[in-house]
Amino acid sequence: MLIKNLALAGAFALSATVMTTTAVAACSFENDVEIKTLSAGFEAWKAVTDAMAECGNVSAELDQEFRTKQPAAFAANPSLYAIGGVSNGTVTPLLNEGTIRPLDDLVAKYGENLSPNQLIRVNGEVIAIAMMVNTQHLMYRKDIFEDLGLDVPRTYDEVLVAAQTIQDAGVVDYPLGATMASGWNIAQDFNNMFLGYGGTFYNEDSTPAVNSEAGIKALEMMKKLTAYMDPEYLVSDSTYVQQQFQQGKIAMANLWGSRGGAMDDPAESQVVGKVGSAAAPIAVEGGPPATTLWWDGIVIAKNIDDATADAAFRVAMEGLDSEMVQGANEDAIWLISGYTPGDMASGAIATATATPAPISYPSTSQMGLMHTALGNKLDGFFTGNMTAEETLAAVEEDYISQAKEAGLLE
Amino acid sequence: MKFRTFAMFVGPSVVMMLMFIAFPLVTVLLNSFQVTQPVFQVVETETCTPGFITQTCTTEIKTIPVLDGDGKTVTTTRWVGFSSYANVLGGERLTRALSDFDLGAVLQIDFWKALRFTLTFTLVTLPLVLGLGLAIAVVVNNAATAVKGPVIFVSLLPFIITPVIGALSIRWLFYGDGIVTVWLEALFDTNLSVAANGWAIEFLMMFYRVWHVAPFAFVIFYAGLQTVNQDTLESAIIDGASRWERLRYVVIPHLMPLIVFITLIHLMDAYRAFEEVIGFSSESYRITLQYLTYDYLTPDDAGNRQISSASASAMLTMIGVVVLLAAPLRRTWRDHRGA
Repeated sequence: MLIKNLALAGAFALSATVMTTTAVAACSFENDVEIKTLSAGFEAWKAVTDAMAECGNVSAELDQEFRTKQPAAFAANPSLYAIGGVSNGTVTPLLNEGTIRPLDDLVAKYGENLSPNQLIRVNGEVIAIAMMVNTQHLMYRKDIFEDLGLDVPRTYDEVLVAAQTIQDAGVVDYPLGATMASGWNIAQDFNNMFLGYGGTFYNEDSTPAVNSEAGIKALEMMKKLTAYMDPEYLVSDSTYVQQQFQQGKIAMANLWGSRGGAMDDPAESQVVGKVGSAAAPIAVEGGPPATTLWWDGIVIAKNIDDATADAAFRVAMEGLDSEMVQGANEDAIWLISGYTPGDMASGAIATATATPAPISYPSTSQMGLMHTALGNKLDGFFTGNMTAEETLAAVEEDYISQAKEAGLLE
Repeated sequence: MKFRTFAMFVGPSVVMMLMFIAFPLVTVLLNSFQVTQPVFQVVETETCTPGFITQTCTTEIKTIPVLDGDGKTVTTTRWVGFSSYANVLGGERLTRALSDFDLGAVLQIDFWKALRFTLTFTLVTLPLVLGLGLAIAVVVNNAATAVKGPVIFVSLLPFIITPVIGALSIRWLFYGDGIVTVWLEALFDTNLSVAANGWAIEFLMMFYRVWHVAPFAFVIFYAGLQTVNQDTLESAIIDGASRWERLRYVVIPHLMPLIVFITLIHLMDAYRAFEEVIGFSSESYRITLQYLTYDYLTPDDAGNRQISSASASAMLTMIGVVVLLAAPLRRTWRDHRGA
């Protein structure tokens, strides 16, 4: 296998392309059809696309901006990529525009190793193959919690108490970290908390419903948590929080499960072996963990001929086999057989299997608009200019004007 | 020149201008008065998604676009008059804020927030760029010949660096535990959080812009200084004019057309500021008009993008530039006619 170059520029997730040339190893067949893939660029995708490339004639593009490129690239005829890496958030435009193909016949032909859990179905038809789930888990510094005699928090109220104790002890710069960077991240943080308080984002007629008790409670809880964070939290994205953790500056964070592995990477982390993982905290007693469930997986383009689709699916199956998982066990919470969950995965798995379980992030047009509106307007509350009610009213107004332009509302 | 010859020389550039400037502009103008939407239908959909062990299937009412026989989304386009403009300007929120005489509420609307910052940014950086550019030019002009070359090269560096990289390097000096922040913290024995303070970010953005653009002003002024009439300067010295008086009464009047030129370019550029917002991740605190247009154009996860609002916002930005340029342009025009 050839060495691959991955160019990523600093804090900016610029396009990164990994090109692979023909190399045959560990693949059950030799692929002679040219297959292109477009997916996100995190570790799990690197493992999967590397495994696909072993079949030959596969060129993989791993690009953090894939979500903006994918809809247009798949709408072209012929489609610019045969295989797309999607998540439940980004599959929406492909589904809406009908640019991906049903996979039932291909699953019947080549999918003997897939478990039924992996088949994403819409109205009975298989439209995507999931490879991993991602959700959030509470990461905490085991050593600090032991020293201070703290129990692992189960609810957000307990998180606040623990944070206060850690703050008083003064053992780290800031007790808490959170992915509250303006835009997509802060909106997702709100979504998690809002669902934890039992909120619904919009009504059946597409009118918004975030300006509710759950919305106000969610914002107030987030504000309380920010008191224990680095005051620069509005620029703090997942990578920033991960680094804060690795450098021992924070003691707790509710972070993506896929970020857990980096804590025990001795090349980057100063806290190897000191970080524990527990289920994402709940917001109200008897409620689900305040987070959402995500899946990542592959789709096959509609606008390609059947022979290419056939080859693409076979290549994808090679990328999603047990052999790949064994080489990349810590990179994700795989749904593929052969996966043995490590310590850092236990929290995310506890989140996903909690009763009641968190819901899957809704893949709808309305949710897309709502996520943008939240991302645009929530800053106002945290920079101290607006009250919770005013902020949520502004979110609803922004949503309504977007929805009118998009044609979802009259 | 014969008309035919003239036409042949000018023709290609006129065609290019029409193709790449005029037509796109007309399209943007038309887009800003139109809205293109997919036709939606409401259907009951069952979706099955994986958990860690088993799947969960949910049945819900989903609003999805209608597809035609070829699998393309069916869309409708209608004229909406000025409603996209009203939307960008704030619609009902603006009316409410104005009727309450509440300036704070007006400035919470994206467009006005962006306009406030963009104008401050443009007008504050302008004199600084002119002053700093002129100062470097005068210093370099008086420097010994041996060091002139290296000094010019070093002065030009900030202008050569890719804007986003330049912005990022300043960001990394100050954000989080950046070097300068750590120094300042040690010096004043406090805990600074630059990125948590809107005004600090605003200051950094302006600082970056002046640092980045001053070399441009410097190059122009330096070229201008080479053409100052030496006889006039000498007679000024004989008349006993101090260094400052020579600068004020001989050099600056001579450089006036260049000052107007740099002013024009800088007003245009700064009003369309964009990379500062990206480089300093200032979206929560400060946005520019150009960023606002970009934000409307960026599709969300569901693939929606607000083309009509983006067009309206782009037109408003253009109108802004024209208004801003009116004063210096009128002056140039008067001088031109007078000459």
